[in-house]
Amino acid sequence: MPTTTTTSTTRWPRPHLTAPCRSIAYLATGALLGLTVLLIGTVLVTLSGLLVIVLVGIPLLAALTLSGIPLAALERRRLRLLKPAETPAPTPHRTPESPGVAAWFRLRLREQATWRELAYTVLLALVLWPLDLLVVACAFALPALLIAAPAHLAVAGSGGIRPAKLWLVDGYPAATATALLGLVLLLVLLLPLVAYAAARAAFTRLLLAPRESELADSLAEVTRSRARLVDAFEAERRRIERDLHDGAQQRLVALTMSLGLARLDAAGIPEGPVARRLADALATAHAEADGALTELRELIRGIHPQVLADYGLTAAIEDAADRSTVPVDIEYAELPRLPEPVESAGYFAVREALTNIDRHSGAREARITAAHTRGALRIDVRDDGRGGADPGRGTGLTGLADRLAVLDGRLTVTSPPGGPTVLSVEIPCQAEAR
Amino acid sequence: MPSRSPLRVVLAEDSVLLREGLVGVLTRFGHETVAAVGDADALRDAVSAYEPDVVVTDVRMPPGFQDEGLRAAVELRAVRPRLPVLVLSQYVQRAYAAELLDTGDGTGVGYLLKDRVGQVEQFVEALTRVAQGGTVVDPEVVRQLLRRRRDPLAQLTPREREVLALVAEGKSNAAIAHDLVVSEAAVGKHIGNILGKLDLPPADGTHRRVLAVLAYLRA
Repeated sequence: MPTTTTTSTTRWPRPHLTAPCRSIAYLATGALLGLTVLLIGTVLVTLSGLLVIVLVGIPLLAALTLSGIPLAALERRRLRLLKPAETPAPTPHRTPESPGVAAWFRLRLREQATWRELAYTVLLALVLWPLDLLVVACAFALPALLIAAPAHLAVAGSGGIRPAKLWLVDGYPAATATALLGLVLLLVLLLPLVAYAAARAAFTRLLLAPRESELADSLAEVTRSRARLVDAFEAERRRIERDLHDGAQQRLVALTMSLGLARLDAAGIPEGPVARRLADALATAHAEADGALTELRELIRGIHPQVLADYGLTAAIEDAADRSTVPVDIEYAELPRLPEPVESAGYFAVREALTNIDRHSGAREARITAAHTRGALRIDVRDDGRGGADPGRGTGLTGLADRLAVLDGRLTVTSPPGGPTVLSVEIPCQAEAR
Repeated sequence: MPSRSPLRVVLAEDSVLLREGLVGVLTRFGHETVAAVGDADALRDAVSAYEPDVVVTDVRMPPGFQDEGLRAAVELRAVRPRLPVLVLSQYVQRAYAAELLDTGDGTGVGYLLKDRVGQVEQFVEALTRVAQGGTVVDPEVVRQLLRRRRDPLAQLTPREREVLALVAEGKSNAAIAHDLVVSEAAVGKHIGNILGKLDLPPADGTHRRVLAVLAYLRA
């Protein structure tokens, strides 16, 4: 929930024991990380600067501009030190459209996020980590030294000590007072420490978490890739249909033809037990081949109905209705030809509805209403069955909803117990001249 | 059936396997395949060149593998309304059958499921009926239509539907009487009732039968 995350990072921290511990851990590791980045960065920048003379340094420098990417990934994870319950900040980067290192580089160099991450890296190495260290030192180390005064005194023995080089402590009463002072100081200073850590995390999030536009981009990308998947799936269906039709079906038809001719020939053989057996065997083989053809025909139709491509949705819906075991009435204004994916999704919606009616509803009749009005195709399939259909359970309906989502379409199923069940599909689309 | 006069057939089927098989079947029954072609353009040329007694064509053919064969058949019938055409389809689809029956006056056309060619005798019989000006609609189309509730047909009794289904298959009254084991007069009475209920006024006998089938297909 985005609203809670934004308020919780800016809200004044509640006094709670884990919050200071987390803040200290966050800032301390931040300081350590920043120092490391500074050291490694200095070495690498110097090295590549020197190597530019022999040209090797140029790609190294280019790679350094991208060094913010892994660091930012680490920083986004480190945010969870502060709030482990919160979902980690997502990456602002997009997935390259084509595979390969070159495409990855091109995309990263074009993205604004890459440069924000680089800026953060520089900032961390030069400003942020000393600041983190300073805050931890002031808020935690100073009180710690004061609190440790009695122990320190015991170790140092006579002569007294000077905790944090502030004042001389030469007796246990003074040491205890110092420790108490340290404790108070700690309690007082922990509040700004936690506040600083929260502000620091908010700043990190601001630079490294995806912006609105980047989120919208990635959403659009998901939609696009889903559309690509659906298209690829559709193309594959057609290919399979074509293969079955051009291969297996033709061979089977040829086989039944040969068997039919063979039966004619066998009928010409003079009567006898052998002739009868032969005739029986041929008849059985013929019937088997016919059965196989029927099954294959239904299979091919289920994969991709040719009538949809040839005559459009109206004819395809009629065809599906013809095939239903429950009588179906169709009520529609003649539909125009619609974009192929829309016709296809509409047809499969009707098929899915009719299949469910046949299988589960116990309906006596069904009614399909279809219309293309106000820039949208709307199909309702209603039955008078027992109702109680659960759209969440059927995989067919889920697949259908996914398919429709790609087209910005909507699937609604209302099915109160006792019926009637109504499945509605709405897909925005324009008529197409074909 | 081989006793009937031999037909001169133009055959269009893109699968070589099936084409050879069909030529074999036709030859076996004494018919002559004057041209066996593999696409719709070649079909049009062959019909011009040979003026056959009957055309047999697949629905789906190159180059698009859509409904080229059916389109070619419809075009041929537009120019030669009396040319008998038997269309073989991969699967039964009312839309295809209706389009074909709309050509000419709906006589001398046939629409069969491709699988039916395996029943060689029935197939050749259907071909002969089409060549003689009959109408043949695949029983599967008829069966599907009966499954759906459609208003013009709702008023028919089950027996009348049965009779209409057989009419759609191109059968004569005598053949229907034989199939249903009733007298030919009874069949005539049923058909009269069907025509009455479908609001087809008395006219030329064979014609009204086709109109009844068309009413059935378009309902």
